[in-house]
Amino acid sequence: MSTNNIKTFSIFSILLIAALLFTACGPATTPTPEPPVTPTTPPDEPPDDFTGTLEVFSWWTTGGEAAGLENLFELYKNKFPQVEIINATVAGGAGFEAKPALTARMLGGDPPDSFQVHMGQELTETWVVDGFMDPVTFIFESEGWDQYYPQGVLDIISYEGEYWTVPVNIHRANVLWFNQEVFDQYGWTPPSTFDEFFALAEEMQAEGITPLALGDVGIWASTHLFEVVLAGSMSPDKYNGLWTGKTDWNGPEVKQALENMARMIEYANPDHAALSWDQANDLVIQGRAGMTIMGDWVDADNLAKGFEHSGWAHPPGTDGIFVALSDTFGLPLNAPHRDNAIEWLKIVGSKEGQEAFNPVKGSICARSDCNPNLFGSYLQGAMQDWESHTIVPSLAHGAAAPESWVALINDVMTSFVTNLNVASAQAGLAQSCIDAGICQ
Amino acid sequence: MKSTGKSVLISRDKKNIGPGFFQTTRWLIRKLPRLSSRISLYLILLVASAFYLTPIYVLLVTGIKSYAEASLDLMWQLPSAPSLESFRDAFKSLQPHFKNSLMLTVPAAILSTILGSVNGYILSKWRFRFSEIIFPLILFGMFIPYQSILIPLVQTLQSITNTALAMGYPRELLWLLPGYGSIAGLGFVHIVYGIPITTLIFRNYYAAVPGELVDAAKIDGAGLMGIYRWVLLPLSMPAFAVGLIWQFTSIWNEFLFAVILTQNPAVRPVTVALYNLAGSYIVEWNVQMAGALLAALPTLLVYIFLGRFFIRGLLAGSLKG
Amino acid sequence: MLRKINRDRFYSILLISPSIILIALFVYGFIAWSIWVSFSNWEGLRPDLTFRGVQNFVRLFSNPRFHIDIRNTIVFTVFFLTACIGLGLTLAVVIDQRIRGENFFRSLFLFPMAVSFIVTGVVWRWMLAPGDPATGRLTGVNILLDKINLPPLKWYTDPTVIHISANSQLGQLLDSVGLGFIANPLYGIPVAMISIVIAATWQMSGFVMAMYLAGLRGIPEELREAARVDGANEGQVYRHIVLPMLRPVTLSAVIILGHISLKIFDLVAAMSKRGPGFATDVPAYFMFETTFHANNFAQGAAISIFMLVTVSLLIIPYLIYSSRTDSEI
Repeated sequence: MSTNNIKTFSIFSILLIAALLFTACGPATTPTPEPPVTPTTPPDEPPDDFTGTLEVFSWWTTGGEAAGLENLFELYKNKFPQVEIINATVAGGAGFEAKPALTARMLGGDPPDSFQVHMGQELTETWVVDGFMDPVTFIFESEGWDQYYPQGVLDIISYEGEYWTVPVNIHRANVLWFNQEVFDQYGWTPPSTFDEFFALAEEMQAEGITPLALGDVGIWASTHLFEVVLAGSMSPDKYNGLWTGKTDWNGPEVKQALENMARMIEYANPDHAALSWDQANDLVIQGRAGMTIMGDWVDADNLAKGFEHSGWAHPPGTDGIFVALSDTFGLPLNAPHRDNAIEWLKIVGSKEGQEAFNPVKGSICARSDCNPNLFGSYLQGAMQDWESHTIVPSLAHGAAAPESWVALINDVMTSFVTNLNVASAQAGLAQSCIDAGICQ
Repeated sequence: MKSTGKSVLISRDKKNIGPGFFQTTRWLIRKLPRLSSRISLYLILLVASAFYLTPIYVLLVTGIKSYAEASLDLMWQLPSAPSLESFRDAFKSLQPHFKNSLMLTVPAAILSTILGSVNGYILSKWRFRFSEIIFPLILFGMFIPYQSILIPLVQTLQSITNTALAMGYPRELLWLLPGYGSIAGLGFVHIVYGIPITTLIFRNYYAAVPGELVDAAKIDGAGLMGIYRWVLLPLSMPAFAVGLIWQFTSIWNEFLFAVILTQNPAVRPVTVALYNLAGSYIVEWNVQMAGALLAALPTLLVYIFLGRFFIRGLLAGSLKG
Repeated sequence: MLRKINRDRFYSILLISPSIILIALFVYGFIAWSIWVSFSNWEGLRPDLTFRGVQNFVRLFSNPRFHIDIRNTIVFTVFFLTACIGLGLTLAVVIDQRIRGENFFRSLFLFPMAVSFIVTGVVWRWMLAPGDPATGRLTGVNILLDKINLPPLKWYTDPTVIHISANSQLGQLLDSVGLGFIANPLYGIPVAMISIVIAATWQMSGFVMAMYLAGLRGIPEELREAARVDGANEGQVYRHIVLPMLRPVTLSAVIILGHISLKIFDLVAAMSKRGPGFATDVPAYFMFETTFHANNFAQGAAISIFMLVTVSLLIIPYLIYSSRTDSEI
């Protein structure tokens, strides 16, 4: 090459190298990102020298959830000050963006040390069956947790004789929230049957108040409403049978539930497809809507908004029933820092940990020995109900059915809340059960 | 009084005082079509501006409100007590990530533009047997949906990191390696998927450079790099403007790759951090909107200051058919 | 001299080979992976790449949600392209008339491009939230509409699909010639999609305007003068001289906007997700949910391959056309 070309080439190369070096000038304060570890060389920290990092993956990014998580981290840091905690979060309700990120990592063989997952079929079908998790029975045994976790919960987290995750909280899905001031003003009482609900709805409409506030921009809120109506339209045994194929989806109970829900939607705010559940709650707070049926995270929402006139009751037909869901942490197979992760799970399942997490988060302990005085009035009531009610798993939040099935049901709900066609919805639900491999 | 020249307004009227009523009317009537069309032009611009400005208004106004006032029904109303509190909160959460975004976007935009320039040069001036096929094949890469290649992408990046580690690559330098989980890896991905658009920009641009210039340089003894350095590069500024601006905007605003390919929050760019400002359940809209404005600021500044180069580059045919 | 040319040829191929290799792997290699998965058994997190034949595609094409997705994509593409090109061209022509404050207007119209699709989706979701007219609770743009005495709209919560009703005269007519199936929502226009079109147009029309502006500035003034001398008024100048010369710009705009509209995801996810009765569901969104929420990788891959084929049908003719016109130069 001529000298000109050599000069040009060298300038060029220098430019490229300079640009590469520029890329290299990474943020000085970044801790070294954890390298993914191949399955053949799992590193193990020596038991009495806890260093390294602990990466916890969740979608708890703000508010009480993030604060509760921080409290758990505090407890961990007090015990193991040498371990650096990486709070890997991705925002989005129900893990909208978090799940893809987690999936990509797990498939690539780079699991976090622990991740947030709903107890039940979501955990079992997605992760356990395909062998991505390590059983945690040994932790339950060493910590003696069998006596503190209700049998219902232990059943849900079991698979082939082992426990697979540590529940940190319990949320209730079936709560009917209302504005106590508005109810007092008109002399209303919360309905306990569907007939009472529809009668009350008529009265509310006459007063210009939207009877039911619904916010299903994320469609899961409609599935949530559906599961509460299902639980209220049949016995707990029949409800449980839906998920094992024992109860016929083409049967009269499901039909009744769909008809109830169709009528309820007619009393709901027409812009529900534009609102999220918390914006629907705003309608109740402002007195523009009478009731909303949503899980007990509404309590945390009310507290955050300074709403003091919240009333709660059992949605129609669900007195004595506790539709449960739970956030849990598991132990991925080949977690990069297995011992750190195990210690994390011990804190998550401890009385201390759950008492630090739940009052702030707005849920009740999964354990039965937490101190009720740490909790607000609604949560105290929920704790008592947890002891006495019949526990059934939530559908929309991963306990009753695996995600693939929930996705199919979400699709049916999408059409149903728009066209209110009971027959086609029932057919779609029956087909979903078949597609999910449960029904024949 | 001696009249030294023509009066300002040549008037055939008897009055010499100035434009009279009829004069003005006649002037108006003559000018009216053009005047009314001018007015309608500005009217169109006004309506269009309202359309473009309204969302910006919502962003700004919500950003200076308190949490209680940042609700759907009060959307248009000005805040009762405007404060920059939300901006402060948003900035506090986003600040460390701005650096990450800059570290990601600037080198990646520069590198991918340079790469596109070289590719465009070769494909337009050094045609070889397969160059007519290679260009469409490269261009096609612009059109794939990114969701569909996420899984193999992650696996490929993982294997890069694992292979490097197996070959003795030091752990401390992992952030420099274009593998999984690092800004370098994310930048690498953006450079790769930016190749089609930057190549398109430069190839179209260089295609407009007359072949005689290149031939003359060849006769003068310039070779491959010489022609590039002395003939094309000096002419390339508008194309560089288009390429850099486009890539800067795309990479800065990109979300999907950013959220999947970076898991350590300290490494994340500002788009993911902005998204994370929203809670899973509770969204502080005032902070969200303020954060969105802050995150858009760098790209906005780029457009304000380099916008005319962008137009000039487009004018020179960078994205013409 | 000849050796020099050959050496330069060699280096030129060398310089372009990194790009070729990278594209070969990261685009075509991954597409091949996707094709394989789309014919496989992979449902759930354990990769199962055993061949299953066309079953995934059969299932996909019999899924009513997918039919709706295709309809939505067509509707969105048509409206989006028309609106963007119409608005962009209009604004470019207006600005080209030596407007005062051109820099300001140009920057203003280009500004939305600086914002990410997610932010656009969030803001427009707010602005087009309809509220509840029955109880007098209006939100967003409906408040403004109310102020000028226009009726409030349901925007993206509107489940209406404008279609030929089977009971109408036209519907009966179609039925009599055996085309009765057209009188069906599947062949209609989902009103909710219009809201998405508005947001997307807000984002991209400035860019189209910039392209047309550049195109307009590239038309030599002499051509326009010549037409004027020949007695044409401004309108005729535009119709017969300017607009035909802008055809390449229109083509580029159609290609760029077209591929954005076929892949649209961020905006829908941020704004309305699937919409009432799937009114705003699009294939990219369906693919995302199927792959990452339902963990059905095989079906997700099938959707991607479908999207790829659709894009190819649009792009490949364009590529052939453009390379042919190039070789004429």
